[in-house]
Formats: sequence, C-alpha cells, structure tokens
Amino acid sequence: MPDAHHGEHFPGPIHQPPLVANLEAIQPHEFVHLPHHPKLQHHFDDMAQQIDASTLGMWVFLVTEIMFFGGLFAAYLVYRHASPEGFAEASHHLNVTWGAVNTIVLIVSSLTMALAVRSAQISAPPKTQVAWIAATMVLGAAFLGVKAIEYTDKFTHHLVPGPNFHWTGKHPQAAEIFYSLYFCMTGLHATHMVIGLGIMTVIGIMAWRRQFDADYYTPVEIAGLYWHFVDIVWIFLFPLLYLIGGHFTE
Amino acid sequence: METVNYLNNGHGLKSWLLTKDHKRIALLYLVSITLFFVIGGFFAMLVRLELLTPAGDLLTAETYNKMFTMHGVVMVFFFLIPSIPAVLGNFLIPIMVGAKDLAFPRINLLSWYIYVVGGIFTLVAALSGGVDTGWTFYTPYSTAAANGHVITAALGVFITGFSSILTGLNFIVTVHRMRAPGLTWFRLPLFVWSHYATSLIMILGTPVIAITVLLVAAERGLHLGIFDPALGGDPVLFQHLFWFYSHPAVYIMILPAMGVISEIVQAFTRKNIFGYSFVAFSSLAIAIIGFLVWGHHIFVAGQSVYAGMVFSFLSFVVAIPSAIKVFNWTATIYKGSVSFDSPMLYAFGFIGLFTIGGLTGLFLAAMGLDIHVHDTYFVVAHFHYIMVGGAIMGYLGGLHYWWPKITGRLYPEGWAKFSALMIFSGFNLTFFPQFIAGYLGMPRRYHAYPPEFQVLNVASTLGASILAVGYVIPLVYFAYSMVAGEKSVNDPWGARGLEWEIPSPPPTENFTVSPVVTEGTHQYVHPSQEVGLA
Repeated sequence: MPDAHHGEHFPGPIHQPPLVANLEAIQPHEFVHLPHHPKLQHHFDDMAQQIDASTLGMWVFLVTEIMFFGGLFAAYLVYRHASPEGFAEASHHLNVTWGAVNTIVLIVSSLTMALAVRSAQISAPPKTQVAWIAATMVLGAAFLGVKAIEYTDKFTHHLVPGPNFHWTGKHPQAAEIFYSLYFCMTGLHATHMVIGLGIMTVIGIMAWRRQFDADYYTPVEIAGLYWHFVDIVWIFLFPLLYLIGGHFTE
Repeated sequence: METVNYLNNGHGLKSWLLTKDHKRIALLYLVSITLFFVIGGFFAMLVRLELLTPAGDLLTAETYNKMFTMHGVVMVFFFLIPSIPAVLGNFLIPIMVGAKDLAFPRINLLSWYIYVVGGIFTLVAALSGGVDTGWTFYTPYSTAAANGHVITAALGVFITGFSSILTGLNFIVTVHRMRAPGLTWFRLPLFVWSHYATSLIMILGTPVIAITVLLVAAERGLHLGIFDPALGGDPVLFQHLFWFYSHPAVYIMILPAMGVISEIVQAFTRKNIFGYSFVAFSSLAIAIIGFLVWGHHIFVAGQSVYAGMVFSFLSFVVAIPSAIKVFNWTATIYKGSVSFDSPMLYAFGFIGLFTIGGLTGLFLAAMGLDIHVHDTYFVVAHFHYIMVGGAIMGYLGGLHYWWPKITGRLYPEGWAKFSALMIFSGFNLTFFPQFIAGYLGMPRRYHAYPPEFQVLNVASTLGASILAVGYVIPLVYFAYSMVAGEKSVNDPWGARGLEWEIPSPPPTENFTVSPVVTEGTHQYVHPSQEVGLA
C-alpha cells in the first residue's frame, strides 16, 4: 500500500481513473527496441514524425536568423532615413560590378543546391549528389573570394571605420556609419557562408557514404533551406548597400 | 528491489556530461543555475551591506557600480531566464506531451554547454575586474567610456543567448510535433502553453539582443561606429534594440512561473482551472503584446512624445492578459478544496506579489508618473516584485511541487513551509521600503544617499538577510532529501497529469509506447464525491 510509505503531510494518491487509455505506456519498464528504419532516432514514433520535426526545427531556426539580421536592417533603416545623401555618397564607392557578379554566383549556387536536394530525393547515385553539393561549395567559395577582393580594396582605400577611416566627400560621418554597417552586415553574411560551407562538407561526406535516398534525405533538405536563406539575405543586402549609390549626385 | 530509472541508468561523470536525456540535462541546469544564483546573491549582499549606512563607506563608487552590474547580469541572463524553462520545462515538457524526449536531444545538451561557456565568459569578466555599465550596457558609456571588461561580459551574454534560442526552438518543435495521440492542444497542461508562449519570445527576441551586444562589442573593440554620437550615431537606437528584447525578456521570466502557478493552483484546490482557454490564450497575448511595449523604458530618453503615448497605451493593454490570469487563479481557488502544502504557499505568495508588481508596473507605464519615479528605487522595487516575488516564487513553488517526481524523494514539509514563509516576509521587508524610498526620490545606482533614507534602507537590508536565510534552508533540505528523504510514490500530491502517472523518478524513456491520452490534466472528481470513491 503506497500510503504506508507516506510522509504525514503529503496527501498521497486519491482514487482517480488514469488519463491514458493504454496502461502499458505508463507501467515501469525496460525499453524494448522495435524494428524500424535505421535512421529513426529512439524518441520518435516513426520517420514521418522525425522528418516533420527536423524540418520545422530548421524553419524555426531561420525565423531566429531573420530577427538576428533584423537588428542590423533596423539600424540601416534608421541611419539611412537620417542621412539619405550621405548613404548614397558612401554607397557610390562600392563596386557594383563585383556586387552583381556575387549576386549571380549566389543565385546559381541556389540552383545547384536545389538540384542536390532533388538528386537525393530521386535516389540519384552518390556521385551525382556529391557533384551538385561540390558545385554549390565551389560557388560559395567563389563568393567569399570576391568578398575578400572587395574587403582588401576597402582596406587600401581607408574605408574601414576606425581611426584610419578617411573620407573626402561631403558626409564623412554618415559614410563612416554606412561602412560600419556595411562591414557588420556583409561580415555577418560571410560568416554564415563559411558556416554553410562547413555544413556542405558534412553533407557531401554523408552523400558520398550513400546515406541519402528517396526514403531519407532530410539533412540535405534542411541544409538546403539554410543555404537558400543565406542567399536571400544577400538579395536584400545587394540593393540596399550597392545600388543606392545610383542616387548619388555630385 | 530498485527499478531502473533515469537517475540510476548510467553512473559516473561521463554518463552525465554526455547525456541526451532531457531529465538529466534538466539536472545539469539545476546545478549550474543554482551556482549562478549563489554568485548573483553574493553581489546583491554586498550592495545591501553598502546601503546599510548613508555614507559610501564599504565599497568605492566604482566597486559598487560593478557589484550591481554583475548582480543584474548574472541574475537576469544566467539565473532567471534559464531558471524555470531549462530546469522544470526541460524535465516536464516531454513528459507532459507524452513523449520520450524533446525533439532534439543533442541540441538540448548543446544548449547547456553553450550556457556554460557564456557563464565562463561572464565569470572571467567578473573576476578580472568586473563591468560597471549596469546590466543594460547603455551606449555611449559602454562603448566609449566604461572601464572594465565590457567586451567579455557582452560576449558572455551573446553566447548564452544562443542557449536560450535553442531551448525555445526545441520546445516549439516538441509541442508541435511530439504530442501523444489524443493529446490535443486544449488538453495540454497550462504549463506547456506558457512555455510555448515563452519559447516564442525566446526565438523572436533573443537574436535581437545577440546582434545588439555584438554591435556594442564591435564598436568598443573594432572602433566601428554604430551608436557613436560623434558620427551622428544614435545611442537611443541602442536602447530601442536593447529593450526590444529585454522587455519581452521579463515575460520570459514570468510566463513560465505563471505556468507553474496554474498547475499548483489546480492541484492544491482539486479543481480544474477556471476558464482554461482564457488562461492559455492570455499567455500568447502576453507574448505578442509584450513585444510592443519596449518604449516605456525610454520615456525620458528623447523618444517622441507621440511614440511615448502609444507605448504607454500598449503597456496598459499588456496588463489585461496578466490580470486575466490572476482573476482566473483566484476564481479557481474559490470554493476549492484548498490545502496549504508548501507549493501552494508559494502560489499564494506569487499571486499577491505579482499583483503588487504588476500594478506598480502600471504606475510606471503612465508617462507623467514615470517621469517622477524614473531611475528611482520605485523602479527597482517594481521589477524585483515581478522577478523575485513572481519568477523566483514560481520557480521555488514548482521545484517543491515536482521535487518528488524529479528525485523520487520527499522533502521535509515542515521546513519547506517555514522557509516559504521566511522568503515571503523577508522579500516584502526588503522591497516594500524601496517603493517608499523611490517615491520620496531616492535614485537608484548610487553607493551613498541622504541620511533621511536610512531607516528604509536598514529595513531593506534586514529583509534581505531574512530572505537569504530563507533561500539557504531549501538548499539544505533538498540536498538532505536527495540522500535521506522518504521515497515518494508516483503521485504524492494526488494531482492529475501525465507526469504523475509514470514512476518517480521516471524511467529514461518516460513511456514504453506513446500513451493514448483520453482527457486533459487536473480533471478532478468533485470533492464531495471523492469521499465516496475512497
């Protein structure tokens, strides 16, 4: 009888019907391993639940990413509103050609990424899957290479904010804020690209080891979601940072 | 014969540090947040001792500034925000939704490690000289003037933010995707609803504070100019970004406590909650409206008066869902079969203290009155009524209520009642005088004050001493109960809920197979019929 073990202050069980229909679920037990898909983790009931959970998890994570970049976009909005001419003048010193090249590079990388997911979904041979993932990585690396060229150019022209910042135009203060935001926004974006390359390396190895087929491709799919998200951030950064220089008048 | 449970299933340090079991991770959090609570309490003790006398005689002004800064940073980011979600939420949410674990057990463990790394950064900042900016890191002081290790502390806050983001993400996916068959949204315990609302704030707000403190670190360390007034930058923009997270963060602290109180009130009145869906939706309403009130921290900082009026109005609006909860708990207690066990004492304490904290919040939401009491001890008293009188009372109430489930052991109820009363009275003695001191004009964040405030400050320090003893007693008897406490049955309170149907302590997998749930929690037979059944 449970009551015998009971401290005098604890009221103990009252007689209520259980909340569950299948009593075996709540009896003390040793866990039994039922036969299932080799990729099914122990705490999910079935593969559908596991895939749903992983995908939703990535979407929720991307929401947090939007808020993370959102703080920077908010700052950009406030300061561009405060000094539209200063921002246009500062933007004029960014290289639109390099920016446009990088935009195309990233859009094409989104295509190769989508094709990588597709190749896993249709159980394409590992070579094909790895080829699309590798193509995505090459394009990602090309983007970072262009970014490195641009950053070097800004260093040599004293456009990095701080004591060495030098500006000959009419709005040196707004320009310094613009370049602070430029380096924060593109730097954070580039960090995401580097992380993306790391993720793609892992996914590529998994694909090479024949882990993905029509029954199981969640990791490629959610890695793809991340990759597309990072691309989309750039699609906003490019016009906001590079193209507003078109408003600049001497 | 002892059955296999999550505590004895695997021994040694490695089985704990590499565990993916949500229940063990909850205990890892319990130990680490308790450590930070003690550290934060130590800083508070020095603050209170300094304020015992009007002259700034114990600490220099600079040391005093560092003490209240470290007290705020440690208590807010390393104790209050993770407290209920990471300990009780982590332990209970999978069980309450009828699952074997959270959706992402490895991410759950990762978030504890991230928390620890963030904590180490903060401790390094504290030990290597401290930070004197206040927990709010206001610019331009934090970026240009402040001494001390602002960057280290800011990075600590930045890192630990990801721990809270990942916890919120895990809870949201778990509640959406891991519910057992038959467990519809409106059968979920209100504890789960409040954690769902909390998780929404965690994932939407925390990234904004992360980027904000990162910008402060970049401005201070790399000399970027984001908030620098010399460049035409706007320090008030920092305040907007900071409070966009940090006001909702108050709801990260209080909503889980409200979830705990909803459970306790039902269990100890033997009644189903009055107006379940109102209590459930009021959590979501608090989460949503809570994102639209941050401007009430900036009434006197150069915000446009029209923006101030909107923020003032919305701050009044957010009181409505909070009031719904208080009224519904009260209506639940009305004509219930009330027992005064220690968790219920904490619940009573919570309802009273939260009401005072919430109503004084309305004083502060009124722009005219806020100008009078802004940056005085009135504000300090107000938010301590919410954070200590609300959040910590909820945390301790929940810890007592679920302790037999977590450890499989009972604690000495007499001592528990005694310490609950000590905490309640010590708390009021500490913070009620601060309302008066603040209303009379005593400013916050000074180490010295005019002698006419001494009586109130001595009362406050005396109360803080009682409060401290009240906090130490549970530490002792909980530790005692883990080794020598009486064994608990599955359901020592006679409460109804999935967590009470499985063994205490629960087995590693919680359930053998997914339970098929037939009704919601706390559906009690009417007290008059209970006798007949027994």
